[in-house]
Amino acid sequence: MLSMSDIGKPIFILMVEDNPADVRLTQEALKEGKVHNHLYTVENGEDALDFLKQRGEFEDVPRPDLILLDLNLPKKDGREVLEEIKNDRELRSIPVVILTTSKAEEDILRTYNLHANCYVTKPVDLDEFMIVVKSIENFWLQIVKLPR
Amino acid sequence: MVTNRCKILLIEDNPADVRLTVEAFRENHFDETFYTVKDGVEAIMFLRKQGAYSDVPVPDLILLDLNLPKKNGREVLAEIKHDPELKRIPVVVLTTSNADEDIERSYDLHANCYITKPVDLDDFIYIAKTIKEFWFRIAILPSEAGECYLNI
Repeated sequence: MLSMSDIGKPIFILMVEDNPADVRLTQEALKEGKVHNHLYTVENGEDALDFLKQRGEFEDVPRPDLILLDLNLPKKDGREVLEEIKNDRELRSIPVVILTTSKAEEDILRTYNLHANCYVTKPVDLDEFMIVVKSIENFWLQIVKLPR
Repeated sequence: MVTNRCKILLIEDNPADVRLTVEAFRENHFDETFYTVKDGVEAIMFLRKQGAYSDVPVPDLILLDLNLPKKNGREVLAEIKHDPELKRIPVVVLTTSNADEDIERSYDLHANCYITKPVDLDDFIYIAKTIKEFWFRIAILPSEAGECYLNI
């Protein structure tokens, strides 16, 4: 049963991605989604953790309901960020969708072992990229129950 | 994308729900092989290939009901996600409960995602379609990575 404060509350998504074109495409795809959402982006692993711990310039940000995480990031690698999130008692329940160009078996196995919720490779083709993000939106925002 | 027939382990004690789930998945043309176990103890034996289950394959995906006899779904989830060999297998919690506490706790135990079972068959078919679309076409399963590695 939704409380009055839940009605109209958007789903907060944190995207950890250093490629601005990928950020733009994702924003476009999510805007067309059925569920009201708000996308926050950070471009490196250190900012990702500062955001999640609500420190420094990120004191007033909300806790995200979903994280889209690239693996190859400056400052702190996405693999390390994942490990820190999933080892943190407060943060580990937030679903993390790995969204990366890497198809390396080692990355796939290692991130699932680190409790990434799922692993999606980014298509090179723009149209396919949009399809993938829309599928993520459909599944994770419309079908799945997120911890909130 | 998975080219081999996908193996799904369904951990569900209600025979009507088993039937509903398998039928809902079969409505779409994609083919899966379903393995079903009806309680938490059988689930763990299946995954550890013990007793009658010595020759079963490793599932590509697990659908887990939380309300199970003998060992409940939360315990099964905790065991899977603590086991070095099993923890990588994606677990979709598929259960009647809509309670925040169950949702939060499942994610805390590293469930990959949580879906509330619809009652209506058409809704169930739609859910099955989106599970297959996302997990078998969009996402890469750890079992696919394993196969790639073995084929090198």
